[in-house]
Amino acid sequence: MSLNPSPEETPGLRRRYIISSLIVVGIFSVLALRLWYLQILGVDHYRELSERNRIRYVAIQAPRGTIFDRHGTLLVDNRPAFTVSVLRQDVGDRERVFATLGDLLDVDVEQLEERWRAGQGLPRYRPLPLLEDIGRQAMEKVQENSVNLPGILVEVKPIRAYPYGEMAAHLFGYLGEVSEQELKQSDFAGYRSGEMVGKTALESMFEDRLRGAAGQKRIEVNVKGRELRQVTTRNPLPGQRLYLTIDATLQQAAETALGDNAGAIVALDVNNGEVLAFVSRPTFNPAWFARGIKSEEWRELINNPRHPMTNKVLRGQYPPGSTFKMVVALAALEAGTATPATRVQCNGRFKLSSSYEYRCWKKRGHGSVDLHKAIKESCDVWFYTVGLETGIDRIASAAYRLGLGKKTGFPFGRERSGLIPTKAWKKKRFGTSWYKGETVISAIGQGFVLATPLQLASMAAALANGGTVWKPQIVQKIVDLAGGTDWVLKPEKLTETAWSEESLRAVRGAMESVVNDVGGTAWRSRLKQVRFAGKTGTAQVIKRKSDEEERKRDKGDVIPYQNRDHALFVSYAPTDNPQIAVAVVVEHGGHGSSAAAPIAKAMYKAYFADKKAKKDVVRKAVSGD
Amino acid sequence: MFDRRLVTHFNWTYLLVILLISLIGIANMYSSTSSWMTAVQPVYLKQFYWLGLGLLIVVMTCFFDYRHLEYLSFPLYGGNLLLLILVLVIGRTSMGATRWISLGGFNVQPSEIMKIVIIVALARYFSDKEHLRGFSLWELIAPGLILGLPALLIIKQPDLGTAMLVLCIGGTMALFAGVRRSAFVSLGVSGLAAAGGGWFLLHDYQKQRILTFLNPERDPLGAGYHIIQSKIAVGSGGLNGLGFMKGTQSQLSFLPERHTDFAFSVFAEEWGLVGCLLLLVLYCLIVIWGLHIALRAGDRFGMYLAIGVSAMLFWHIVVNLGMVIGLLPVVGVPLPLFSYGGTSMVTTMTGVGILMNVGMRRFMF
Repeated sequence: MSLNPSPEETPGLRRRYIISSLIVVGIFSVLALRLWYLQILGVDHYRELSERNRIRYVAIQAPRGTIFDRHGTLLVDNRPAFTVSVLRQDVGDRERVFATLGDLLDVDVEQLEERWRAGQGLPRYRPLPLLEDIGRQAMEKVQENSVNLPGILVEVKPIRAYPYGEMAAHLFGYLGEVSEQELKQSDFAGYRSGEMVGKTALESMFEDRLRGAAGQKRIEVNVKGRELRQVTTRNPLPGQRLYLTIDATLQQAAETALGDNAGAIVALDVNNGEVLAFVSRPTFNPAWFARGIKSEEWRELINNPRHPMTNKVLRGQYPPGSTFKMVVALAALEAGTATPATRVQCNGRFKLSSSYEYRCWKKRGHGSVDLHKAIKESCDVWFYTVGLETGIDRIASAAYRLGLGKKTGFPFGRERSGLIPTKAWKKKRFGTSWYKGETVISAIGQGFVLATPLQLASMAAALANGGTVWKPQIVQKIVDLAGGTDWVLKPEKLTETAWSEESLRAVRGAMESVVNDVGGTAWRSRLKQVRFAGKTGTAQVIKRKSDEEERKRDKGDVIPYQNRDHALFVSYAPTDNPQIAVAVVVEHGGHGSSAAAPIAKAMYKAYFADKKAKKDVVRKAVSGD
Repeated sequence: MFDRRLVTHFNWTYLLVILLISLIGIANMYSSTSSWMTAVQPVYLKQFYWLGLGLLIVVMTCFFDYRHLEYLSFPLYGGNLLLLILVLVIGRTSMGATRWISLGGFNVQPSEIMKIVIIVALARYFSDKEHLRGFSLWELIAPGLILGLPALLIIKQPDLGTAMLVLCIGGTMALFAGVRRSAFVSLGVSGLAAAGGGWFLLHDYQKQRILTFLNPERDPLGAGYHIIQSKIAVGSGGLNGLGFMKGTQSQLSFLPERHTDFAFSVFAEEWGLVGCLLLLVLYCLIVIWGLHIALRAGDRFGMYLAIGVSAMLFWHIVVNLGMVIGLLPVVGVPLPLFSYGGTSMVTTMTGVGILMNVGMRRFMF
């Protein structure tokens, strides 16, 4: 009675049913096989991909290695810098948040907006810095108001701190963000964009050791990148600690004594070449670089006519002036062209020929002068005469052996080599032969002769220690995290010359008189506590003026700064058992006796007083006082 | 008036399997949407209501004799066709496609209704006509038109997924009715040719989907994102899964559409191969059981109804799972009983109701 015939009548229905069922089971089996392929064979691969989806790695910056002086005084430290950042994904009403923040910290909202716009390209889960290095007070303000500042967070990262301000800035160097070019080099593999690296001096040279190893925070994020929880943390490893040969007390005394003058000061340990003080002024504030230097600050530094960015200890080349006279004296004594008793009559002038005449700085003349008096009172005529007799090549030979005219091997800072002329040099350089007059002015450290402050200090040290020029050393030791010493200074001799005892005695005795005897050019800088020896120098920057002009000047005109003489002083102390050598160059400072020698005096005073105090402390400690 | 035999022949076990799958689906939905902070009802609770409605539909569908449908089949078909035309004229457009029309305050998706109506219409057609040696190409023109007309209208919306499913359902029914080898071969060849030609008729986004399916990496953050993330979720499930509510792909929202089309990925991540195989067996069971009901149906109309519904379930399951595990391109086809959504629930449960209706009335002649 049905409209249709029953399915039983359909032929082959059962067969169709079986085939269909088999197809269904077959296709489901394909699905199952695929699941097996994904879930059993592919599980490791897909778990890794899943992990990569949800885990973000955030680097934690390592504090840079700290820098100490030879006694363990902290010179370069790190401090926490608070940066206000914004997590863009968490900010709802930006205008309101920025207005609140602007009110709170008294900053222009437009400034915040600018940073916001600049960071549009960054991932939304990464904090975008808005205000760098706000103070602790400002940080607390932000923290207290965090309820009203959704999406605003305060990040802490360590940045360089300089407890002594500008002191020894040229030694430490400065930091800057690693450049895009540097990032491409193999040396900077593993650096991230925006990371701070040492750009100059110690910070650059020991970058590998100071950098430390960044830590890592693994955070779990959702698809929007919102941090959900911290999975694991690997703490950063601070960089290694640098112990310098610098003596902070001496360094500070030197910086203070030089003050606002431009110039350079070096103090060396005469017995091993360790650098005890290293001053180049004017200088820069390394803290500016640590926080990121502003363009107007940078402009100010590079446009300053007194070159604060130049490391004058290594790269300032000055005519040594009369400080060169010890070299000439030793050369003459060695060559036999003079003895300590050689006498020259000084009447203020030296006539080389009918047309060439050279003056002594003292117009009235020194009268009868021997070597001792020639150094003590810095008689130019004696050295004109003896120098001419000795010849430039023999003077140059002595100069080289005292560390002049070639690089000292200082490990960084692209030091300059100074210049000690020879006949061969001049032929090669200018193609002309050497004139006698050039020997005459070279004998008083003028003309072609140039030396860096570091070379002058090396020379003074070699005079003090009997003829050894040590390679200047700046790092005493490097201490790793565990406190183990990773590297220790090994003193290195550059040259060693066996000057005759007699010659040395004569020159040293004269240098002692310069400071300690009436009539010595640095007599006014003598020190009661310590007897030190030295030699003043006044180096002309421009050609000496004619008598006519000089008379005019005496009327009271002020010479323009850049035309004033450089003031120099090389010295060592104590005279009986020399330990420390000091070279001072005051650019355009005038006379060595009045501008440079007092600085050395101040340094010796501070250094030996401090040394005595330290010894007393030790003595007390030992005796159980 | 209600025959007591109906209750005895009501297939309780089948309904239990349906219920089991639905409940697993809701639990899975609970896991995948737990991180959502919604002010309104949570999604899994809404799905509970939909399930309740679905069961009501099953019961209601069972009440009347499916054979009444035989007389209604062509009027229903005609009405549905009209609605599909209406959609194109006055339909609501969202996301570049026009699929809905408003009927007395209800939003109706005529293409979805067509999935059921095409079954009824073709069942009527194939139960009337019988060809002992199978349908020839000439004889397939009439059913081909019945099937092709709505499919074209749906493609026009455009809704490639639904059109494809409608074609698959009708095609399966035709194959079951019997198609001559010559007709089968020529249809296959022309089908391939049409696919080649049809490529140029596809919308850009449809082309994108196919290209991206072939190589998801060509657009990992765009069109390929779904499939990459889904494969990661499924694959990282491993043998035993990461555990209920512990799947990171879904819990941390890397998986898109995780409570609708990609619900199975969530399940696969949290329950692993073991859970997946169990679910596959359950799904396989309801399809095979459907075929079994067809075999034992009281009449040819009932048989074709059961075949049609089984085909509908089968193709939904296969297309969705194939998409989720990267075997088929991403087409928006929900997994019956498992994906969130009232539309899918109503369609599926209507089908299930028809199936059970056929099954329980097999002895009533």
